Amino acid sequence: MNYDAIVIGAGMSGLAAGIRLAMFDKKVVILEKHSIPGGLNSYYQRRNFDKGGIRQFDVGLHALTNFMKKGEKAKPFSKLLKQLRLSYDDFKLCPQTYSKISFPDYELKFSNEFELLENEVAEKFPSQIDAFNKLVVKVKEFNELDLSLGYSSSREALKSIISDELLIEMILCPLLIYGSAWEDDMDFAQFVIMFKSLYFEGFSRPEGGVRTIISLLMKKLEDLGGEVRFKAAVTSILTDSSGNAVGVDLGGESLMAPVIFSSIGYPETVKITPGFKADITPRVGAMTFLESIFVFDKKIASNQNDPTIVFYNNAPKYSYRPAKNFFDSTSAVVCFPDNYEASKTDGEGTVRITYMANYDQWRDLAREEYELKKEAVADSALRLVRNLSPGFDGKLLFKDVFSPLTIERYTWHLNGTVYGSIDKTRDGKTSVPGLFIIGTDQGFLGIVGAMLSGISMANLHGLMGGET
Amino acid sequence: MTAANVRQIVIDIISDIAPDEDVTGLDDSKSLREQLDLDSMDFLDIVMELRKRHKVEVPQEDYPKLATLESCVAYLSPKFA
Repeated sequence: MNYDAIVIGAGMSGLAAGIRLAMFDKKVVILEKHSIPGGLNSYYQRRNFDKGGIRQFDVGLHALTNFMKKGEKAKPFSKLLKQLRLSYDDFKLCPQTYSKISFPDYELKFSNEFELLENEVAEKFPSQIDAFNKLVVKVKEFNELDLSLGYSSSREALKSIISDELLIEMILCPLLIYGSAWEDDMDFAQFVIMFKSLYFEGFSRPEGGVRTIISLLMKKLEDLGGEVRFKAAVTSILTDSSGNAVGVDLGGESLMAPVIFSSIGYPETVKITPGFKADITPRVGAMTFLESIFVFDKKIASNQNDPTIVFYNNAPKYSYRPAKNFFDSTSAVVCFPDNYEASKTDGEGTVRITYMANYDQWRDLAREEYELKKEAVADSALRLVRNLSPGFDGKLLFKDVFSPLTIERYTWHLNGTVYGSIDKTRDGKTSVPGLFIIGTDQGFLGIVGAMLSGISMANLHGLMGGET
Repeated sequence: MTAANVRQIVIDIISDIAPDEDVTGLDDSKSLREQLDLDSMDFLDIVMELRKRHKVEVPQEDYPKLATLESCVAYLSPKFA
């Protein structure tokens, strides 16, 4: 079968790329190994443990970053709406109350109004406010979308402006854990993307969670005549004698196309491309996570004074690296999805706790030890929830924990990485002409970033022919 | 096709690409980017829609010729002739 373009992976970037290509009459097929779409931002269901019925959970989504109010212009989210011809109202965004970065003795709140964070810094780090404002100007003026940018350390950039190390740690904490493939640091262009999308713009959650977004994308793709095939595992990416990408093999069946967009990760793509000439070998990242989800018989937070997300760290420095011992309970991201405005949860309360993990240790566990270790994670996370919500006496109705192995099993990201390879390819190009990387390993971040990645790479390499 | 027709074709495309924009009262001699929230991605869409709807090709080196409504009409009219 011949196509104009093949997209590997029906996650956020793959679906967005597929929509753009189909919109302009390209014959495109999206090949997804899993039985459902979404990729790293998918969903799953579990049977209740005490009574019948099933519960559905989002896999990754704590927050949709890049919040904007209806009608705002020149924002990543408004670009996305225009490019995919979707309407703001379809996303049914419920904005956050506020979130906080919680360190021992210090707390910084931020919300969808940037003034809150500025005021918090001015109040708690009065000697640093001028430096902070200087950083804000630098971030505003930086063109993070320049595809020809090199890579540089955010820590170094921050140190050259801000002298209080604690403030640096606190600013970095949410940005690292919501998007860095590097340990203890992040690329400065990614820092700028994240700073803008978390602190300038903020968080919301679509009513109905990630499935709302996935349904919108799937419907749009279908309306445009784009094709998606599930349980379609690409076993190899085919190249011709001159080294150009020409198609994919699905384990017996070959599909041909002159342009291939891979959203499965840079190292993962190289692994299935025998014709890949190894001028560089992208490295597999080490950052992977555990997520505990608890459902209680009542809401954990009572009103709008309760935070939506807590970036918790119980040490003066923030350690963003694989856990030394299976999981690191020194720090966590705690998300209270009920604290998005207008969230509907039928009176129950949900909380999600993310810990940094250690892939190698989890991989080496025997089945029984694995289950016991997951119990230990749940116990620790539950203690943290109780500590953060003193006086809360809700009865636990349901719990679930997913591990780096779960992530690897359902996303096929090597070592269960969530933010992909340490090495990105900003212009999407690989050493194989016709083969392009989209999604996390192209370097845009988050759900909105992933979709913009698919859009911009499809535009550049699928619609324009990559001249610019 | 008259200049007014060509102008309307461009306006119709912009309205579809950026439904939230008010395209009434545009100054034909001023840059579209100054008056509307259009970025390079949107200009790509104008070009793609011209091809899709009207089979009119705009090579990449000519994108700057779409800067104002006036220049759009001047550049596109011969292609619609």
